[in-house]
Amino acid sequence: MSAQGRSRRHMFLRMLSRPVLVRPGRALTALLAVVVAAAVATATLNLYTDVQAKLHKEFRSYGANVVVTARDGHALPADALARVDHALGPRGMAAPFAFVVARTASGSPVVIAGADLERVRQLDTWWSVTAWPNARDTALLGKRAYQALSPQGQPFDLRFEGRVIHVTPAGILSTGSAEDSRVYLRLEDFARWTGLGPSTLEIAVTGSPAQIHAMIARLAAALPEAQVQPVRQMVEAEARVLDKTRATLLASTALIILTAALCMLATLTASVFDRRKDFAVMKALGASQRAVNVLFAAEAASIGAAGAVIGFVLGLGIAAWIGRVNFHAAVSPRFSIFPEVFAGSVLVALLAALLPISLLRKVQPATILRGE
Amino acid sequence: MFARLVYQSFRRQRRRKLLAGLAITLGVAVATAMIAVAADIGDKINRELRTYGANLVVYPDADTLDVEVGGVDLKPPTDGAYLNEADLPAIKGTFWRHNILGFAPFLPVPAEAAIHGQPQHVEVVGTWFAHSFRYGNENFTTGVRATNPWWRVSGAWPADDSHDVLVGEDLAAHWGVKAGDTLQVAGRDTKVAGILSAGAADNQKIVAPLHFAQEVLARPGAVRRVLVSALTKPEDELARRGEKNPRALSPELYDRWYCSPYANSIAYQLTEVIPHSRAEQIRQVAQNEGVVLSRIKGLMLLVTLAALLASALAVSAAMATAIFERRHEVGLMKAMGAGNASVAALFFAEAGLLALLGGATGFFFGIALAQEIGQWIFGSRVTVAPVLFPVVLVVAVLVTFAGSAASIRRAMHFSPAVVLRGDA
Repeated sequence: MSAQGRSRRHMFLRMLSRPVLVRPGRALTALLAVVVAAAVATATLNLYTDVQAKLHKEFRSYGANVVVTARDGHALPADALARVDHALGPRGMAAPFAFVVARTASGSPVVIAGADLERVRQLDTWWSVTAWPNARDTALLGKRAYQALSPQGQPFDLRFEGRVIHVTPAGILSTGSAEDSRVYLRLEDFARWTGLGPSTLEIAVTGSPAQIHAMIARLAAALPEAQVQPVRQMVEAEARVLDKTRATLLASTALIILTAALCMLATLTASVFDRRKDFAVMKALGASQRAVNVLFAAEAASIGAAGAVIGFVLGLGIAAWIGRVNFHAAVSPRFSIFPEVFAGSVLVALLAALLPISLLRKVQPATILRGE
Repeated sequence: MFARLVYQSFRRQRRRKLLAGLAITLGVAVATAMIAVAADIGDKINRELRTYGANLVVYPDADTLDVEVGGVDLKPPTDGAYLNEADLPAIKGTFWRHNILGFAPFLPVPAEAAIHGQPQHVEVVGTWFAHSFRYGNENFTTGVRATNPWWRVSGAWPADDSHDVLVGEDLAAHWGVKAGDTLQVAGRDTKVAGILSAGAADNQKIVAPLHFAQEVLARPGAVRRVLVSALTKPEDELARRGEKNPRALSPELYDRWYCSPYANSIAYQLTEVIPHSRAEQIRQVAQNEGVVLSRIKGLMLLVTLAALLASALAVSAAMATAIFERRHEVGLMKAMGAGNASVAALFFAEAGLLALLGGATGFFFGIALAQEIGQWIFGSRVTVAPVLFPVVLVVAVLVTFAGSAASIRRAMHFSPAVVLRGDA
């Protein structure tokens, strides 16, 4: 490269950097507009992509959305739970249940359930329980069962196929549905008494409807002797609420990005327009229109690029903060949206620079310098 | 003189004023749309959450224990007590009737059903599909189609006054029946109006009009339980205290509890209008609604804040530019002896006027935008509180003032000579 080429490049860089050093205020205003626009865009895009996973997790507090039942009243195979746990991995959790209809001392029927209460506690978070049973032959009594069987909390007998169990109430359960009429025993007590194993697995699977259906297929393959069915109302309601929420968020994101981009465009246009005197001086000194265009475009692009980088980092911070405040879990940063944010910022910055120049190019430098 | 200055400024600099006004209009429109949508999203999502099914259940007070495993009712029909169908319309007479989106009575009856061949034991459930009734001066229509929106029927829904039934899809596949076939249920010929796909246990049942099930049971007017789908407010401390014992609350707290749409206060009101009944919230549905709802509302609130920030910046940027462009004017005014105060007053008056005009226009654009979003996403209108209008106007003026303040301060400090020479 010739010495002349180097000095021209040096001159170009000098012309690019001097305005920032001489008038930092003006460059700062423009930069601020880009930073804010990029930050807001990054934060909302990040939330938009991550909110689905976050809400899926919230929806799992509704409990099981898949039910595995043994066919025709048989018990499930002994290793069913282990096989289901293996198929689920970290994507869900299962709780085993067994049911019989037993008789009370007075002969009236009552549904007795055996359950892995440790798992139930995590799966069915809406169960309102006064105390969980943890000793042998203690039971959790549904609110209505408690009133009917043991209104003073005294122990009582249950009979199933001639076998009697002496049960001590440990706590009261209230759910507002069928559970209120049942007695829940620990699975091992239930098995010792009735000789029966679990017949139902309630499973909460995390994910979109498509992922849930894929998991149902996997579970059915893992347990060919059982029936695997989605709890339709759970899957459908979740999908509907999520769709609506995402659509609202999408509309908001679009509005916010539009506003931010327009704000950035307006500020940058004004700041370039403001420098029409520099423009006129350059042209009066003999600069070609192309050279002036390149200079202004380079200046705008560097402000756009710097703003995009700062704004991106800031936006990730905002998204993480929203995640912590609202979902009590960090929103994982999505670096994959950086190219879009970067390209968008530089593009709007270029647009903002070239718009006023194309307006000014028809004006004689003398007119501008005279201040008209 | 002052008014004339402002007036002339608007008349002579129409283009510039239009640009600044446009920025304010846009900012206010976006802000208004976001606030309107965010304020209404709780109600909208609450309605979507009703897809989870009923959140309240009413059953007879003197009832024996339910004997139900896997959704199949094993209780002998002679056991237990019943509610009276004639009492149900009064549900629409409770304090929170407008929050009750729908309710459906259920009466399970074991019966023999047959299609040319061996009779088989099945559970027949009597219910309302889309039953019309009159309460007070109003007509209502409700039933399982409102409370169980996930039920799908291939064929037609039976009429509530007919003897037509729905057959669960598993049972239908087992028998090989399809819509339009004739079926024998408890010795009566019935037409299969449609095949029901409901998921799990309901797919093994026959669902019939309520009066048909009552006829089979030979108990006119009997209802085993009523499921109620209501819009509720998430539970808080007061709701928990009210649930324990409403009578223990002080009269003032009791009124507040009674007049809030908590699941348990609505349940309490249901027991008041239906004699010999007990009502409970279905905790799986009622408790979780609150969690999901508060997350979504929180999210929208934060996003709305971001939108407000973006539009406030857009307005400030526009105002800053507009004032900076007029530094010559400031120089001239000051050269002619105007004080800082009068220059600032002029600019603030102009900014205020712009904010009011742009704010009012923007508000109406924003409402239109919110309606579009509501229609697009939820298929229903967004309700906008009228109080939003003055609030938006005040905020628009404040933001415009805040955006202009820095530039006006700078404009006041220009030395007239420097500005007029064109060096600034």
